Amino acid sequence: MAIETKCLSCIVCPLSCRLRAEIKDGKILSVSGNSCPRGEMYARNELTAPRRVFTSTVKIKNAFLPLLPVVSDGSLPKGKILDCALFLRSIEVSAPVRAGHVIVPDILGLGVNIVASRSMD
Amino acid sequence: MDKKAYDVAVIGGGPAGLAAAKAAAEAGAGKIAVIERDRELGGILQQCIHNGFGLRHFNEELTGPAYAERCLGLIKHLPGVCFYVDTMALAVQNDNTVVTSGPRGITAIKAGSVVLAMGCRERTRGAIRIAGTRPAGVFTAGAAQRMVNMEGVLPGNTAVILGSGDIGLIMARRLSIEGVRVMACLEIAPWSNGLTRNIVQCLDDYDIPLYLSHTISAIHGRDRVTGVTCVKVNEAFRPVAGSEFYLECDTVLLSVGLIPENELSRQMDLPLDPLTGGPVVDQNRQTAHTGVFAAGNVLHVHDLADFASEEGAIAGRAAALHSSGQLAAPPGVLPVIAGDGLRTVVPQLLSDPGGGENIRLFVRASRPREKVTLEAAAGGRVVFTRALPAARPSEMIVADLKTDRLPKTADHIVIRLT
Repeated sequence: MAIETKCLSCIVCPLSCRLRAEIKDGKILSVSGNSCPRGEMYARNELTAPRRVFTSTVKIKNAFLPLLPVVSDGSLPKGKILDCALFLRSIEVSAPVRAGHVIVPDILGLGVNIVASRSMD
Repeated sequence: MDKKAYDVAVIGGGPAGLAAAKAAAEAGAGKIAVIERDRELGGILQQCIHNGFGLRHFNEELTGPAYAERCLGLIKHLPGVCFYVDTMALAVQNDNTVVTSGPRGITAIKAGSVVLAMGCRERTRGAIRIAGTRPAGVFTAGAAQRMVNMEGVLPGNTAVILGSGDIGLIMARRLSIEGVRVMACLEIAPWSNGLTRNIVQCLDDYDIPLYLSHTISAIHGRDRVTGVTCVKVNEAFRPVAGSEFYLECDTVLLSVGLIPENELSRQMDLPLDPLTGGPVVDQNRQTAHTGVFAAGNVLHVHDLADFASEEGAIAGRAAALHSSGQLAAPPGVLPVIAGDGLRTVVPQLLSDPGGGENIRLFVRASRPREKVTLEAAAGGRVVFTRALPAARPSEMIVADLKTDRLPKTADHIVIRLT
């Protein structure tokens, strides 16, 4: 089978490097165009099992705002993001909360924790 | 009226203002006031709950609120820094007194130096004159962001986004995650105005079509938006007859540009750059009014908070030095001009450029181009070049110019893309 070239834009950081991956028989032979090692890792993941960091909010009681911003402490499969968002709608926490505090451990068994983005009193 | 005295007064407690306060303290300012009109510090970062902040400034990827908390953690313990929240700066007088209105009434904050860090605001429907009726359901993207992320209210059920600025793209994803159907994103220019990574992870990930060279020609609905008429535009941004199509929606989000918030600067008669929309400054970010500095989005709209922080630090340090009489008075100024291929350059002036210091330039391309060279020319010769793989209007270019390479005879510097 011929070598196939796929182009994609790196989203690891705002530099948005244009990446080119050479693929043969479903195997990634090479990645070019990246300006750091994270770019190559991104291309390999994106073409096989794309992952994203997930950010959203959960309800919070006794705080000066009704919502607490949260973030996953690692990336999770892109296809699971809407499921995670749905799950977070059932969560309510109480102030005070410190930044980095685990709000949902191992969300949906994906091996990633949902943590508070900020402190809120 | 209550009166207070400070070495440095910073107007605005967002990334630029907080970095300015920190840098001012490090440069020896003993008493610093930070004036913030919101109920808490952090500025717009508090509603930007997505990640992507801090890669330059903290070497780590943070959300907006986490970035704000990190910035605040660096200064809140400093004894000389005083925060005035829920406090609006009403005027800056000629002697650098900032008149404020807050929970304790009117307070006059007399400062040796003032740093303007008021940020920017969004262009509205009125600024771009969209035809049609005037129903409820038309929001700026940032207003919708605050509603969804901080106040717990969704703006509607089905949305069309006009403009591909980063906030619009981020909101396309945010609304999709919260169950709002986003029908399309329309951009009048033939290229996107947002960061490429945001096109990928905010539109492509959620199968939201991006229509380049398209705009909304009419908004429909009596009490509430019922839909929009979309139209293709030609190179002159004029509608192409026969290309209209209708999208049903109850919400329109506008992400059509940001305007530096310079009411105070205008009151002070500071000369403004018509292209950046912010004050004209030198490399210390000092404006035409001695002792008044500007940094962050009030000076020119940045695409990264990290750059706003970096610029805040430049202004804060210089403000502290001015306050203690250590900032040399400018013996002459050299204009820095945005030449071919560039739309804006900051700073617009160099003061005392003979000192051999490194000057950090922030420039923006006027249109997207591949494989270009950024160069600076002064006194008839090229004094700086740097090859760039690409230049895009949505991504600011940062370059350091060594002033000891400037010819003595230079009367201006041109920065250009070739």
